[in-house]
Amino acid sequence: MRRTILSEAGEGRALEGAAAQKYARSTEWSARLRRSFWRAVQYLVLLAGAVVMLVPLVWLLSSSFKDQGHIFLFPPQWIPNPWRLDNYLKVFDQMPFLRYYWNTIVVTGAALLGQVASASVVAYGFARIRFPGRGALFMVLLATIMIPYPVTLIPTFILFRYLGWLDTFAPLIVPYWLGGGAFFIFLLRQFYLRLSPELEDAARIDGANTFTIFLRIALPQTKPALGVVAVFSFLGHWNDFLGPLIYLNTPDNYTLALGINLFRGFHTTQWNLLMAASVMATLPCILLFAVAQRYFIQGIVFTGVK
Amino acid sequence: MVAVPLPRRRRMSPRARREAMEGYVFILPWLVGLLAFVAGPIIASLYLSFTDYQVVQPPTFIGVANYQQLFGDGLFWQSLKVTAIYTVVTTPLQLCLSFLVALLMNQKVRLLGMWRTIYYVPNLVPAIATAMLWLWVLNPEFGLVNTLLRYFGIQGPLWLSSTRWALFSLIMMSLWGGVGAPMLIYLAGLQGISTELYEAVECDGGGGWAKFRYITVPMMTPIIFFNLVMNMIGALQVFSGPYLLTGGGPANATLFYVLYIYENAFQFFKMGYASALAWVLFIIILGMTVLVFKWSSMWVYYEGELRR
Repeated sequence: MRRTILSEAGEGRALEGAAAQKYARSTEWSARLRRSFWRAVQYLVLLAGAVVMLVPLVWLLSSSFKDQGHIFLFPPQWIPNPWRLDNYLKVFDQMPFLRYYWNTIVVTGAALLGQVASASVVAYGFARIRFPGRGALFMVLLATIMIPYPVTLIPTFILFRYLGWLDTFAPLIVPYWLGGGAFFIFLLRQFYLRLSPELEDAARIDGANTFTIFLRIALPQTKPALGVVAVFSFLGHWNDFLGPLIYLNTPDNYTLALGINLFRGFHTTQWNLLMAASVMATLPCILLFAVAQRYFIQGIVFTGVK
Repeated sequence: MVAVPLPRRRRMSPRARREAMEGYVFILPWLVGLLAFVAGPIIASLYLSFTDYQVVQPPTFIGVANYQQLFGDGLFWQSLKVTAIYTVVTTPLQLCLSFLVALLMNQKVRLLGMWRTIYYVPNLVPAIATAMLWLWVLNPEFGLVNTLLRYFGIQGPLWLSSTRWALFSLIMMSLWGGVGAPMLIYLAGLQGISTELYEAVECDGGGGWAKFRYITVPMMTPIIFFNLVMNMIGALQVFSGPYLLTGGGPANATLFYVLYIYENAFQFFKMGYASALAWVLFIIILGMTVLVFKWSSMWVYYEGELRR
């Protein structure tokens, strides 16, 4: 008895509901249609941008594998035919590419090490140790971030010339062992401030000195931040052009950037080899990004948001 | 307990003094670097800007002659013009495009990591490779751009070798390489906006536009401001692109300011004159930054701060 009433009532409601549902469905349909239209637009715009970003790079890669005669074809070949893998070997034949590569590795490695080491020592000093004038000096540090490089460029050059360091790697390395860049110090200091000081206090009670505490306790906890500093330092030095241009004179000391530019001056039509050399100069950066993407994102986010 | 104000110059306990010494030791590398590579050079370059210094002979003081010469130097004005055009065109374009891309990526896009990577990749390419790549892409006869234009029956311009198009080419390049980094910063900011704010707009019956206009934009203004300052300062100091691609030519159409400093200092060895040029740039950058900061108080919204 009770059940029928309930079910009747339910049916009535269901009938009413059907019309409402039909209406709801139609508005839902239009809403869904509109939404998927916007989705499509969204993906199309993203795709268009992505094509613009990637096509020049694909073109670079494709040209680097082409035969000397085939780079000038119209319509252009997107897929090289024949594939000239030996372009990459020829680069080593026609210029001291290995030398350039090695020079770049030495400069980048030494500068990076100095930057990571000295920035973390200095940052720890600013974050954890109390000394008179700390606040004022830190403001000075922040202010130096804003100084445009052309202002210090010329006297710094004169200084290195006076020291007899022109045409050596020293001007490209030594400054980075002295502080390692205001921005990196700032970044690392923020990380140290975020660490809880309990472990460090405990170590001090156990009789550890400040440097041991820094090295053994604080430093290992900032590995992610050191990763951020390391990847951006790597990119900065690997991609540097102005520094080597000003300080290095003999081709034997050239980094990749200078070497490739020199080669361009001599062989204006060997685009395939220039492209192959460019691909090889770019490869370490892309690989680093693939391996350490996390650090890149963290670092970039830090610059803008914190 | 009544807080007794400590005398400002209290005597330090031996322990505090020891700690202070340690502090100075820790920041010593930076202090040396500051004196040798920042403070010293700034003072030196200010002095040099009042001298005639051709490297071989010691600098001779000539007062404000360099600055006077500068006003009559057509190339100085040309380099200022080129840099101004470049900065005024690229900065807003980079900011808008990267903001648009970040907005699109923030809409629960599939494969976000992939899109992010694609837009960031041009930032990873070294300046030399970027230059070679664009020299080839913009090659008037065989380059990619003119080849594509030819499909539409258009005879493309000479790009980097054309006085009319060279600066435009460099602006185009800056959009290729300059969108990725601000885009990532925007994206992080967008992801940090609390959903409660959007829900509040929904409760008030606001749609997508209202959310964008009254939540997204105000919440993002500090980040827009940051990107504006960074991109502007960066644009004013562009060097390697023009050096490698055009060398300032044709007919000084792409003579960027820092390129002109470089030429004076390291090709003509007019170190005094180049220092004066550098100081003018310093003052321009400082002035622009102050102006933008002042202007920003009109439109930048900081959370936790009530607007008057």
